[in-house]
Amino acid sequence: MTNKNIKLSEISDIFKKLDVEELEGVTIEGDIELDISGGGGLNPALAYALGHEAAQVSLHVANIARMLGYPVDQLFATSMGAVPAAETTRPNVLDELIPSKFEVSKVAEWNNSIEEVTLGATSADGGSRKNTITLGGENALPYHFDGEMPHRNYVTMDVFDMPIGMAKSVKENYEDVINDPADWAKKVVNDFNADMVTIHLISTDPLINDTPAREAAKVVEDVLQAVDVPIVIGGSGNPQKDPEVLEKAAEVAEGERVLLASASLNLDYERVAKAATDYGHAVLSWTQLEINAQKELNRKLMKQCGVPRDSIVMDPTTAALGYGLDYAYTNMERIRLAGLMGDDELTFPMSSGTTNAWGARESWMKESPMNEDSNWGPREYRGPIWEIITGLTLSLAGNDLFMMMHPTSVEVLKEITQTLFGSVETESLDITNWIGTEV
Amino acid sequence: MKLNSPLEAYKYLPGTNCGECGETTCMAFASHLIDRSYKLTDCKPMVKVNKYSKKFDVLKQLLAPEIHEVEIGVGERAVKIGGDDVLFRHKLTFFNKTALAYDVWDTMDEKDLVERIKKIDDFKKFYVGEFLTLDMIAVRSTSNDPEKFAATVKKVIDTTDMPMVLCSFNPAVLRAGLDEAADKKPLIYAANQDNWQEVAELVQEYDVAVTVFAPNDLDLLKSLAGTFSGMGIKDIVLDPGTFPTGKELKTTFNNFLKIRRAGINGDHDIAFPIMTVPMTAWMVYDDDVSASYWETVIASIFSVRYGDIMILHSIEPYALLPQLHIRDTIYTDPRTPVTVDPGVMEVGSPDANSPVIVTTNFALTYYTVESDLASSKVDCYILVVDTEGIGVEAAVAGGQLTAEKIKRDFEAAEFDLKTRTNYNTVILPGLAARLQGDVEDVLGANVLIGSADSGRLPGWLETNWPPTKK
Ligand code: SF4
Repeated sequence: MTNKNIKLSEISDIFKKLDVEELEGVTIEGDIELDISGGGGLNPALAYALGHEAAQVSLHVANIARMLGYPVDQLFATSMGAVPAAETTRPNVLDELIPSKFEVSKVAEWNNSIEEVTLGATSADGGSRKNTITLGGENALPYHFDGEMPHRNYVTMDVFDMPIGMAKSVKENYEDVINDPADWAKKVVNDFNADMVTIHLISTDPLINDTPAREAAKVVEDVLQAVDVPIVIGGSGNPQKDPEVLEKAAEVAEGERVLLASASLNLDYERVAKAATDYGHAVLSWTQLEINAQKELNRKLMKQCGVPRDSIVMDPTTAALGYGLDYAYTNMERIRLAGLMGDDELTFPMSSGTTNAWGARESWMKESPMNEDSNWGPREYRGPIWEIITGLTLSLAGNDLFMMMHPTSVEVLKEITQTLFGSVETESLDITNWIGTEV
Repeated sequence: MKLNSPLEAYKYLPGTNCGECGETTCMAFASHLIDRSYKLTDCKPMVKVNKYSKKFDVLKQLLAPEIHEVEIGVGERAVKIGGDDVLFRHKLTFFNKTALAYDVWDTMDEKDLVERIKKIDDFKKFYVGEFLTLDMIAVRSTSNDPEKFAATVKKVIDTTDMPMVLCSFNPAVLRAGLDEAADKKPLIYAANQDNWQEVAELVQEYDVAVTVFAPNDLDLLKSLAGTFSGMGIKDIVLDPGTFPTGKELKTTFNNFLKIRRAGINGDHDIAFPIMTVPMTAWMVYDDDVSASYWETVIASIFSVRYGDIMILHSIEPYALLPQLHIRDTIYTDPRTPVTVDPGVMEVGSPDANSPVIVTTNFALTYYTVESDLASSKVDCYILVVDTEGIGVEAAVAGGQLTAEKIKRDFEAAEFDLKTRTNYNTVILPGLAARLQGDVEDVLGANVLIGSADSGRLPGWLETNWPPTKK
């Protein structure tokens, strides 16, 4: 562009003189506008600084000066605009693009990896699963160019040990299997492409059927017989009953390396942890939207209960889109960032009860209860997308495993998370003229 | 911004502690400058007194957000985009919600056009005390005919006050649109490698904001942005291209990460708001539901990761509702607890025999309780106590939920338990059990302790309601 060489140090000196505080002849008009007095609208200092260089060279100079941290932008732009000011607003158009190289660095502080937790056991390891699933192992936020994501996201679909109330559009898919957890499990694996199955033993709740733990454990055996994917075993959420239920379930599932859901601070987590370690399972460490509680529980599981690091998955709680997802998202993102930056009480894979999205009235109510609202449209399309967006948002925060319900939600969530993971091949698309798209 | 602590901002303030800004000290004001809850112009002495003018200017520069803020449109509906200082919302908050623009095109017939604009303009969804609405109209030139485009732009202006994006790569088409719309300050879409000189001329002539478009070419994108800045154009929006599927989408995702990270880290040439075009999903999917779903998926990804403005096509409610909610989710200020208005709320159609359930005004708690009860078709009253947006357990511990406050909010709502109900009974959350005696004394009412988790309330009510003791 030019034969003249300008040393960086010279430029630095020249522009030091332009430090705002030292500039003379600069007055401030109104809010921010800088009015630079001087011949022909070009500030003498700036004229000197820019010397006899052509306009394009001065642009380069300004770019460099900007990099050096001098507030030349405003001065420069104003004066450039001011040069042709005499002839009013004739646009100022350069002859060619200023070449540029985009560069950005990777995040230096992410130097810790998330634990890898393997669920399920094949015959080689004393189990009867066809395959295992490994969660975690990331060394960056998900799908980021900063690191490799060793394992994709996985979906485990919910199965209940008794008929439960469900949103209409969910229920439609399960009417034929609702009384048989084994058939239900088969259906989600064979028809809906579930990577795993979660068997929720909700009938054990004393407020529901109070099914004895021993009887509930039989359902676990049935499900293990019916499908050969790794499984998650959930209690009813009753803090008094769950430890006993999970103990019995862990016992009958010995060798299968299930995920026991869950240990929490408001129940006897030691019993749940012991059930996991005694029978070789992993344990879900569940807290309610509180990063410090998550640290505390993880610490207790490791230190007090002796759960190995490769056997802990966290559920920091999922709130539905519109019902606290902002907390759930940020809580997960903070947990994952803390883990990547070295907080080894938080370096565990995460799981989300994405099914909670069906608690949002937008997903199941026939129409808005608010007269002022615009029409919400058909609910059969609202529900699945509510579950998808709830899960997708958390996947971006670092969630690894998704507990889900609706087959469409599962299909789309898998498609998008695997796209971002990088395993979906599609034909290349030319978007250069997207404006003209006929739709 | 270039400052890290209140002390660094304080140095430039008058230091007189005059109190005009509403804070008692300049130091307190300085900390609000750092958390961006006040603007520098809120310190009147800095604005008015001559001797502070240089400091004002320096401080203003130091406080400027890392990502340039761009305003589009005029009047009440004008939108601001950009203006961010952080990569993660918990580090501060994200500013200026992603602007949602929905498309119309210049080959639509007039009746359809007007109907579509009205649908976009009128759409609203009640949420936490306000209405979520859509922001903008993107006018696409599908005809490539300047006259047709001008006529469509004019029709849009006649129909709505929403700000516009004028979309064409043909400068003659853009000029025709600008002749109609320049005083409405639309955003121009877009300058690319081929047309940038003519577009730059237009942008300066009409003084409007401009999008630069370089699909999956960050060097070119930065070059375009740097060249436009170099020409004195300040209001720039970056479009690195939104590829809707496959590995190209993964690359697009990473382009957004890279651009925003570089901008926040101080690369001025690329520190501008970013545009995404989820409507490219319609170039791949041809059935409406799949296209709307995938478009919403893309919109959500870039609401979370750094999209500042987006152009969308589907106006089906099942697409608009999640789009509005995810944008709200990400841009809600994490520093202020989200609250609902205190008072007595009705779920279903309660009468004198219905239970009265106490909860807090923490929106998450309230909505959970409310939806748990509503979805089980329980008719009841909920007393929402103003706990300053703190949840039950913490509010009991912190004294924001007390017997006195429960009484205060019943009185404020003019709800007299003795006349309005037959049982003179309130139900406290399980996590507030220790307030039982106090509440009995202060209200002179019976108190029952409900379940700890509102998900269990319907079951609990079945066995415990109506109460045996009258
Ligand atoms: S108005 Fe300005 S000078 Fe007065 S107290 Fe506030 S910051 Fe200080």
